[in-house]
Amino acid sequence: MNGAAAVLKALERQGVTIVFGHPGGAIMPVYDALYDSPIKHVLVRHEQAGAHAADAYYRASGRVGVCFATSGPGATNLVTGLATAHMDSSAMVAITGNVPSALIGTDAFQEADVTGITLPVTKHNYLVQHVDDIPRVIAEAFHIARTGRPGPVLVDIPKDIQMMEFTGTFDVEIDLPGYRPTVVGHARQIKRAAEAIAAAQRPVLMVGGGGQVAADEVMAFAEATGIPVITTLMGIGAYPAGAGQALGMPGMHGTVTANRAITHCDLIVGAGLRFDDRVTGKISRFAPNATIVHIDVDPAEISKLVKAHVPVVGDLRDVLPRLTELLGRLELDDWWQQLRTWRDMYPERFKTDKPLVSQEVIQMLERATAGDCVVTTEVGQHQMFAARLFPTSRPRTWISSGGLGTMGFGLPAAIGASFARPGETVVCVAGDGSIQMNIQELATIYKHQLPIVIAICNNGMLGMVRQWQEMFHAERYSEVYLADSNPDFAKLAEAYGIEGHNVFDRETAARIIPEAIAKKKPVLINFVVYESEKVFPMIPAGAGIDEMVIGDQEPDEGDGVAEKVGV
Amino acid sequence: MKAQGTAGEGGVRRHVLSVTVRDRPGVLSRISGLFARRGYNIESLSVAQSETPGLSRTSFVISGEQGTIEQLQKQLQKLIDVLKVTDHSEGPSVDRELMLIKVAVRTPEDRVEIRQIAQDFRARIIDVDRNALVFEVTGDEGKSNAFIDQMREFGILELIRTGRVALTRSASLRPTDVTSTTSRAA
Ligand SMILES: Cc1ncc(C[n+]2csc(CCOP(=O)(O)OP(=O)(O)O)c2C)c(N)n1
Ligand SMILES: [Mg+2]
Repeated sequence: MNGAAAVLKALERQGVTIVFGHPGGAIMPVYDALYDSPIKHVLVRHEQAGAHAADAYYRASGRVGVCFATSGPGATNLVTGLATAHMDSSAMVAITGNVPSALIGTDAFQEADVTGITLPVTKHNYLVQHVDDIPRVIAEAFHIARTGRPGPVLVDIPKDIQMMEFTGTFDVEIDLPGYRPTVVGHARQIKRAAEAIAAAQRPVLMVGGGGQVAADEVMAFAEATGIPVITTLMGIGAYPAGAGQALGMPGMHGTVTANRAITHCDLIVGAGLRFDDRVTGKISRFAPNATIVHIDVDPAEISKLVKAHVPVVGDLRDVLPRLTELLGRLELDDWWQQLRTWRDMYPERFKTDKPLVSQEVIQMLERATAGDCVVTTEVGQHQMFAARLFPTSRPRTWISSGGLGTMGFGLPAAIGASFARPGETVVCVAGDGSIQMNIQELATIYKHQLPIVIAICNNGMLGMVRQWQEMFHAERYSEVYLADSNPDFAKLAEAYGIEGHNVFDRETAARIIPEAIAKKKPVLINFVVYESEKVFPMIPAGAGIDEMVIGDQEPDEGDGVAEKVGV
Repeated sequence: MKAQGTAGEGGVRRHVLSVTVRDRPGVLSRISGLFARRGYNIESLSVAQSETPGLSRTSFVISGEQGTIEQLQKQLQKLIDVLKVTDHSEGPSVDRELMLIKVAVRTPEDRVEIRQIAQDFRARIIDVDRNALVFEVTGDEGKSNAFIDQMREFGILELIRTGRVALTRSASLRPTDVTSTTSRAA
C-alpha cells in the first residue's frame, strides 16, 4: 500500500463515504487509489464548489465534509471555501496534493505555499512529512475539525509521500496536548447564570449557529422557561421559526420585534453565537440594559465584542440541560404582552403593487414546501428575504454563508446538502449575480440528478449593493446593472440538461413552484422580479440596533418611503 | 493598536507573556500571523528551546488594556500547537533582557572611562579590539537603555537586544507533562 492508499484507508476509518473534489497532477496518486476505494467521489467543476459542498455536507448532516484538490491553483481555489467554513464554524477536512518534497520551496510547477496561505482561514493545517504519519494526521484533522468549535482543517501531502510505501499502522494515538476544548460547563457559572435568568423581568434567548447541534436542548430550555427566542442567521432551524416563542432574526435585517426585544430586554442568554457586528449594530447601543449570559464552547468568543457578565464556557448540549434543570417557568406575562404587541404591529409584509417581487416568490416557495426541505442561499437581498420568509424549522436545514457572505456558496452548498440528506428536496434561493459565481455546478447537479430546485430571484441587479447605493451613495448606481448581459437562465439550464423556466408573472410563479418541487429532480426557475425592491427593516451600517429604518413594514399604509423610527 | 476585546478596565499596561509551543513547522508563523491578523503590535519577541525536548518557549512584550491582553491570550490558547500561555504581569515573575553592544574606542582616555561606566553597570566585556569593545548587559530594559545613553557620546557601532524573557517565580509549577494529555483517536 502506498501513501495515497493509506490516505483513503484513513478516511474510511473516519467513516467517510463521500468526497467532493477535482483531480490534478500533484494529487494523482490519491485519485489512482480512489479507483479501488469504496469511497464515492463527486467530481465538481471548480475546487471552490468542492469546498462549499463539503462544508454544506457537514452543515446538513453533522458528518465532517471532505474535499480534494491538487496543488497550486487547485489548492488556492479552495481558499474561499475554507474561509467560508471557518467563519461559520463548519467541520470539513480538505486534502491537497503538493509538489514532491524535494521541490518544495523551489517555485516548482504548480507549487503554492498552501499551509501558509490557508493558515488564517483554517482551524489548523498540516504538511505531511512522513508517509507513516498519514493515519495520525488524518485522525487528528478529523478530531480537530469536529470537536470543540468546529472548523476546517487542511492536510497538504507532497506527491512523493503519496507514492511511498506505507509501513505504519492505522491504530494511531492522536497527539494533541495543546488541544483540549472545554465542553462541560462550570457548575458555579451555570448556577450564576440560572440565578441571573430567574431574576430577570425581560429576558431573551439568542441562539446562533452553535444551536444547530443542540436543537432539542434549546427547545427543552425554551419550553421549560417560556423565554422568547431569537435565532440569528446562523441559528435558523435550531429553534422552529414558526414556534410560539420565536421572535425571528436579530440585527441589520432582523425583525422589528427581535431588535426591539434586544433594546428593551434586561437579560440576554447568548447561546452558541459570537455577537457579530451584523447582529449587534453599534456595540454601545446594543442591549444597553441587559445582563449578558454568554454560553459558548470557544472561550475566545466570550467578551470579545460584547462584555459577558456571566460567561459559561461549554457545549450547549451540556450546559443548556443543566441550566434548564435549575430553572422553572419564568413570570413573563408583561414582557410577552409587549412582545406580542410588536409582533402584531410588524408582521412580515411587502407590497405587490409592482411587478413580481422576490419576497412573494420566496413566500410561495415556503408555502409549497411547507418548510419540509433544506434551504440553501446565495448572498444578497434574496438571502435576507429568505431568512425572514423561508426560515426552516428543523436544525441543519438552513444553509447560508453568514460570516463571510460568500456569493457563489448557495449552488454548490445545495449539492453538499443533497448528498447529506438523500431524498430530501433542496431549494437553492439564488440571486442572478451570485448564481453566476459557481454556475458550472449545474453540470454536477445534472450528472447526479439531485432533487434541487434552483430559484433565481433575478432582479437584473447586484441588488444588495444597489440598495446601499440608493440609500447611502445618493443613488449613484455604480456597476450593479446585470440585466443587459445576464444569460437566458432557462436556456442555460437546458444547455446543461436541466429543466429550466423563465417566469415573469405571479400566476405562472404560483403554478410552477409546486410543480417543480413535486418533481424531485433538478429544476431551475428564473423569476424575473422587480429591480428596485429593498430589504427592510434595515439598520444602516454603524448605526445602533434601535435606529432601524422600517420602510415597507410601517404599520400604517404609508407611501413606502423609508422612515427612521426610534424605539 | 486596534481595539480588541472589551476595553475599559484599567488602561494600557505592558505585559510580558510567555507561550509554550510544540516545535512544529510553522508554529512561529502561526503566532506572528495571529498578531498581525488581529491587529496586535508586539514590542519584542524571542524564541528558544525550553527545558522539555520538543517544546519551545516564546516570550514577548506587548502593551494593551486588560481586556485586549485577555483576548490575545485566549486567541493564542486556541492555536493547536500552543500548550500554555502565561502573563507574567499577573503574578510574581522574573524577567531579563540581554543586550550585546559594540562601542567605539577612539582614545586611551575613552577606553578607561568606558570600562569604568561598564563596571558600574556590571556589563561584561566579551570582546576587546583596538578600536572597539563589545559588552554584554543583562537586566531590565531600563538598565539597557541607561547604558545605551551613557555610551552614546563614545559612539555606538552596533547593538542587538533579545527583548524581555520571563519566568514565573513560583516553584509550584509541575514539569511540563506532554504524554499525560494524549487521547485516543476517535
Ligand atoms: C464573492 C462576493 N463578492 C462580492 C460580494 C458583495 N456583494 C454582496 S451582495 C452582492 C449582490 C448580490 O447580487 P445577487 O446575487 O443578484 O443578489 P441580490 O442582492 O440581487 O438579491 C454583492 C456583490 C459578496 N458578498 N461576495
Ligand atoms: Mg440580483
